[in-house]
Amino acid sequence: MSSLAQRARQPRDEIIVIAGERVVCDRRGVLFAPDLDLLVVSDLHLEKGSSYARRGALLPPYDTATTLSHLAAVIEHYNPRNVISLGDSFHDGEGAARLPEIFRRRLEALMAGRDWFWVAGNHDPQAPAGLPGDTVAEIHVGGLSFRHEPSAMPVEGEVAGHLHPCARIVQRGRSVRRRCFASDGSRIVMPAFGAYTGSLNVLDRAYHGLFNWESFRAYMMGSSRIFAISGAMLMPG
Amino acid sequence: MNDQSRPEPSEQSAILPEPFLKWFAGRGWQPRAHQLDLLARAQAGKSVLLIAPTGAGKTLAGFLPTLVDLANRPKRRPGQARRGVHTLYISPLKALAVDIERNLGKPVAEIGLPITLETRTGDTPAHKRQRQKLVPPDILMTTPEQLALLIASSDAPRFFEDLRYIVLDELHSLVTSKRGHLLSLGLARLRRFVPGLQAIGLSATVSDPDELRRWLVPQDLSSRLWGGSAQSAGVEITPSADAPPERKTPMADLIEVAGGAKPEISILDSQERVPWAGHSARYAIPEIYGAIRRHTTTLLFVNTRSQAEFLFQELWRANDDNLPIALHHGSLDVSQRRRVEKAMETNSLRAIVATSTLDLGIDWGDVDLVIHVGAPKGASRLAQRIGRSNHRMDEPSQAILVPANRFEVLECRAAVEANYIGAQDTPPLVEGALDVLCQHVLGSAVGAPFHADDLFKEVRTAAPYAALDRHTFDRVVDFVATGGYALKSYERYARIKLTKDGTWRISHPRVAQQYRLNVGTIIEVPALTVRYVREGRGMVARGGPALGKIEEAFLETLVPGDTFLFSGKVLRFEGIRENECFVSNAPGKDAKVPYYGGGKFPLSTYLAEVVRAMLADPRRWKQLPDQVSDWLRLQSEKSILPKREDLLIETFPRGGRHYMVAYPFEGRPAHQTLGMLLTRRLERAGARPLGFVATDYALAIWSLGDMGRMFGRGELPLGQLFDEDMLGDDLDAWLADSWMLKRTFRNCALISGLIEKRHPGQEKSGRQVNVSADLIYDVLRSHEPDHILLQATRADAAMGLLDVRRLGDMLSRIHGRIVHKGLEQISPLAVPIMLEVGKESVQGDADDTLLLEAEDMIKDAMGTQ
Repeated sequence: MSSLAQRARQPRDEIIVIAGERVVCDRRGVLFAPDLDLLVVSDLHLEKGSSYARRGALLPPYDTATTLSHLAAVIEHYNPRNVISLGDSFHDGEGAARLPEIFRRRLEALMAGRDWFWVAGNHDPQAPAGLPGDTVAEIHVGGLSFRHEPSAMPVEGEVAGHLHPCARIVQRGRSVRRRCFASDGSRIVMPAFGAYTGSLNVLDRAYHGLFNWESFRAYMMGSSRIFAISGAMLMPG
Repeated sequence: MNDQSRPEPSEQSAILPEPFLKWFAGRGWQPRAHQLDLLARAQAGKSVLLIAPTGAGKTLAGFLPTLVDLANRPKRRPGQARRGVHTLYISPLKALAVDIERNLGKPVAEIGLPITLETRTGDTPAHKRQRQKLVPPDILMTTPEQLALLIASSDAPRFFEDLRYIVLDELHSLVTSKRGHLLSLGLARLRRFVPGLQAIGLSATVSDPDELRRWLVPQDLSSRLWGGSAQSAGVEITPSADAPPERKTPMADLIEVAGGAKPEISILDSQERVPWAGHSARYAIPEIYGAIRRHTTTLLFVNTRSQAEFLFQELWRANDDNLPIALHHGSLDVSQRRRVEKAMETNSLRAIVATSTLDLGIDWGDVDLVIHVGAPKGASRLAQRIGRSNHRMDEPSQAILVPANRFEVLECRAAVEANYIGAQDTPPLVEGALDVLCQHVLGSAVGAPFHADDLFKEVRTAAPYAALDRHTFDRVVDFVATGGYALKSYERYARIKLTKDGTWRISHPRVAQQYRLNVGTIIEVPALTVRYVREGRGMVARGGPALGKIEEAFLETLVPGDTFLFSGKVLRFEGIRENECFVSNAPGKDAKVPYYGGGKFPLSTYLAEVVRAMLADPRRWKQLPDQVSDWLRLQSEKSILPKREDLLIETFPRGGRHYMVAYPFEGRPAHQTLGMLLTRRLERAGARPLGFVATDYALAIWSLGDMGRMFGRGELPLGQLFDEDMLGDDLDAWLADSWMLKRTFRNCALISGLIEKRHPGQEKSGRQVNVSADLIYDVLRSHEPDHILLQATRADAAMGLLDVRRLGDMLSRIHGRIVHKGLEQISPLAVPIMLEVGKESVQGDADDTLLLEAEDMIKDAMGTQ
């Protein structure tokens, strides 16, 4: 409608530099480091639906299919040599074992020809049953270190997940809440990628002490682009 | 019930036992004809619907059959088994159940009847519930949710085996909601336990009493065809007028008590200038205050809670005599509401400002004047609200309508006329919701193993589900069992399982526990407790008194330092911590008034028609205040006034933009939807629309392109722009992504049991539920668009979105009747809506635009690119 609305719809990702390493905060919620030919995805929470179903909440059994097709799209786009799944790849320890055969094959097809690392998460501390790839507690590539839970103290070049960050702004009396990448330029916490994963506001106590607030940005995921919002604009809740 | 002063002929009083006659006589009263009529019919085994205005002794009438029956009951001999519940009383409000217990207790005690009566609500302590199961009272007063819990228990058949009557109060209000659907299913179950159960419905006046009459009695096909066994349940088989004679519709008997004296309704004829737009009615405050001073007790009704807050504030500003004026609305803290109700009861208030929380029939005090501020939006609503005044059906009620703006003057006039001719515009009943049925099916299995065939038959006896087909029912059972997905991957996690004997049983005791925690159809909007802290201490301070609850969605739009009106005070927003919102006093400041989701009604179709007719007919203008009829006359000179069935479209330039104003009079929600759809079309046509704003009466769209010229030159024919096909693809595309459908889905998911409101051992906050419901909706919609829950969601949206249906009716009505008037400048009729332009923030789907604005703002401030 207006030029503002048109601009808001133009596809755009955000390139930022973490510990000297150039990374793309992709609008679909993955991180890509072109110089390392590395794609990072966090908190897939595969088989969350069936995990709930075991407890009597019969959520639609399509979350794994959805998450995998989103993942396939970004992998196809970047065709990365290396992939890191940054923990909580499965919603629970038996998730990989429950993975229906059709999805197992789809996942294996995505993994084929790449170096694939499963970083252990709190939901899935063990290697995923019957799947290729290396399971690691954490991994260091270039100037970056990748682990599931962010370290309590600031760590230069740390890429983590676990917290499922989202941010909220209030503009013209309206509230907009979106998943986001959270970064102060020194470390970055990635948004959760799974279809059923909820999110936690970056102003929550859980993030306390992780970031230098002066340089903090929430890279909020719009429908077709990333919006870099400074900490001062953010609202709790 | 406290009002039996006027003697009436009572040939049938013979059926009243002696102690009753004495009790009536002791008060100088006589039983009223309709009370005795109802008693006679009940004693003849009939189910009965009693329609009567407030103050007609409706409650006593409803209970008379019970009281007489129990009075004649032989004493229980020692050793004889305890008797079960004799009469169930169901009301939509907990408060009403408590109120009735108190009011009914009085005559029971005074007549000296050996009858026990008790309430059972969500507030009833566990030990009392347990005791009630062992030693049931004769009369149990409860809510639809509690009934659902009672029947989902293995001892339910025994608990209810002595049940004779079920009294359903405020039936007109119960039946229109999902609570009513749940209740109808509960009623069907009770009838299976007790085939002879008689239902007594109490209702205010409705437009179609037959709908309620059917609701009270079993609707099974067999009785419809042959009249057979249903007779025993007190059913009168009445051939309905337009049905062939062999298709008989079972209906309860009807007793209708005509309204007493006609109410005296006037429209405030203000000396002040009635404003063009707005909803505050600030201009009329001195005149309203004057009326309060002249009366003993005044009830002031408004349509929204924010209006209530505003009016209360303004009245106190004018309150030089320090009159006791109170505020009452649903968001206030319970203790505060109880204090106000108590004060009402003891007649220690001079005025009370209220929203719909006081609509239902709670008997309070001696109100001698009702003032309705703002247009009543519906004729039936107005009638019920005015009914609050006096409470004596033989004296005329006094009411004053205070229109807040000029269009409301027309609407008030229409409502007054409607009231005099007794027109009713209560909404028609809708088919039973499928999410409610899902909940009921699970509850059935929790109660006892069931055969699908039997349950299907039973469900179809409930009026809202009379047309349910077997295929849909089976899909519901499938949903309850394994989620009902095309992908059958949850068989091993089934909640109910088909066993060898052909019955469905719950698979685990945990399922029963989950059901009990999640029963009911009331979905609370996520709300935070508002709590006082000392000024400036902000988030550090803790624990002042709680003032009530406010919707989270509103609070989320505030930033610390914002002020708003709540609980009659101007408050400063300090911040949110967990489930509490901290506020401090902000004396003397201007407040940003809260707007709430609750309490907004669109203009009823009926009133809209009358308003259109009034506009079209100058002869009727003389009933209007001069300033309003002058306004209309000016409009007919400068532009035109549309004929009754026409749609007027005006276009004019203003401030470098081009405006189009349409006057459909279909209510704000319908106009909102229309605005959304029209801007999409205008954008495609190259008119470059910038935004729109909607009121109850009109819709204004502004654009960069000259719409007037496009219409005039036939580049964009108006007929094409307003073609009905906009309700097809455009609507679907917009709806699928709209927050409205997501919220509807969330409600369906919670009611059907897909998502739990509460899980054993953990409390879920509203927000957590909300997030996951949205995600689930997206996933389910892309994988299984025909899933039963999405079907239920769409049905709900179509019903709830009355506006879409209204829009459809309007578009077909105006076909070929669109009148375009190209103007050089704004017309008198357009002034009210043009004053709203600019108040509206941005349009619906612009979240990403807001994000970009926020991003740009920082870039501008920091001087970065």
